[in-house]
Amino acid sequence: MTASTTDKQDSGEQRNSRILLNTTVDDHHLAKMAAVALGLTVLENAIPSPLPGVKPGLANIITLIVLARFGWRAAVWVSLLRVVAGSLLFGNFLAPGFFLSLSGALCSLTVLALAMHLPQRLFGPVTHSVLASFAHIIGQMTVVYLWLIPHSGIAYLIPIFATAALVFGTVNGLVAARFMDNDGKQVSGSQS
Amino acid sequence: MNSHEPPAAFLRDLRPGDWLTLLAGGLCIILLSNQVWNGGLADTAVIRSGGKIFSAVPLSRDQHIGVPGPLGTSIITIEKGKARISSDPSPRQYCVRQGWLERSGEIAICLPNEVSVELTGGQKKYDSLNY
Repeated sequence: MTASTTDKQDSGEQRNSRILLNTTVDDHHLAKMAAVALGLTVLENAIPSPLPGVKPGLANIITLIVLARFGWRAAVWVSLLRVVAGSLLFGNFLAPGFFLSLSGALCSLTVLALAMHLPQRLFGPVTHSVLASFAHIIGQMTVVYLWLIPHSGIAYLIPIFATAALVFGTVNGLVAARFMDNDGKQVSGSQS
Repeated sequence: MNSHEPPAAFLRDLRPGDWLTLLAGGLCIILLSNQVWNGGLADTAVIRSGGKIFSAVPLSRDQHIGVPGPLGTSIITIEKGKARISSDPSPRQYCVRQGWLERSGEIAICLPNEVSVELTGGQKKYDSLNY
């Protein structure tokens, strides 16, 4: 959203002819994180899935890291930017798939807003990730049921989606935790 | 991520509450699967003859029930929580060939003899009933 202006700031002569947004370092950082999340989304779309809707949700690793480092508002930005930009990339903006992603992301973010207040010493990124992925399928299944397939038969798929959510939520949480472990080392290393 | 880490290093990233979450998630899935995949099992067979309810019998007791119709007697067999029409005087035997019914909502109809068996009671109100 804001990254388009970053590479043009050097060319001072052209600045008057362009519309420049006043962007902060934080904006750039969010844009970068969203871009990484977007990359992971593209990556995982190349992975074949046995069942439509069952996918690892690798981009949520980024959401988790942003949540832990920069707080919930930043996580909302990165997550929603990723959903909107991803839908533009895959050409399903405002199509059913977009609303499925959006409802899942919004539910996840809502749950993360609550889960991040759990005691840090006991509950880490894995808990956040698992809860968020469960919220994700709840949001998606709600949209599917209310809008796309209003039939109770989709309930038969819930255990499959829930299992996928638990497995991928755990894996994503562990990956996020590992990344943040390394972050901590680097930060403490640079401070000392 | 250096190569000196022990293979189970990821366990370090799991805090006590995380184990709790995983456990709760696993339990949720088990409960959900039970609820969703076994919840459709029926517990009652409603037998109709000539459009009227002839009897409603629990599937828990194995038995054979003879139901009279215009062509003769249809025999309904109930066994191990399943029900089927094992014998029927209808010419084409569709309801007999349908075989065992076990899920709520399944129905076998012998149209010529005006006999039907429908399974009901997927959403159980009680865990068990004693007679």
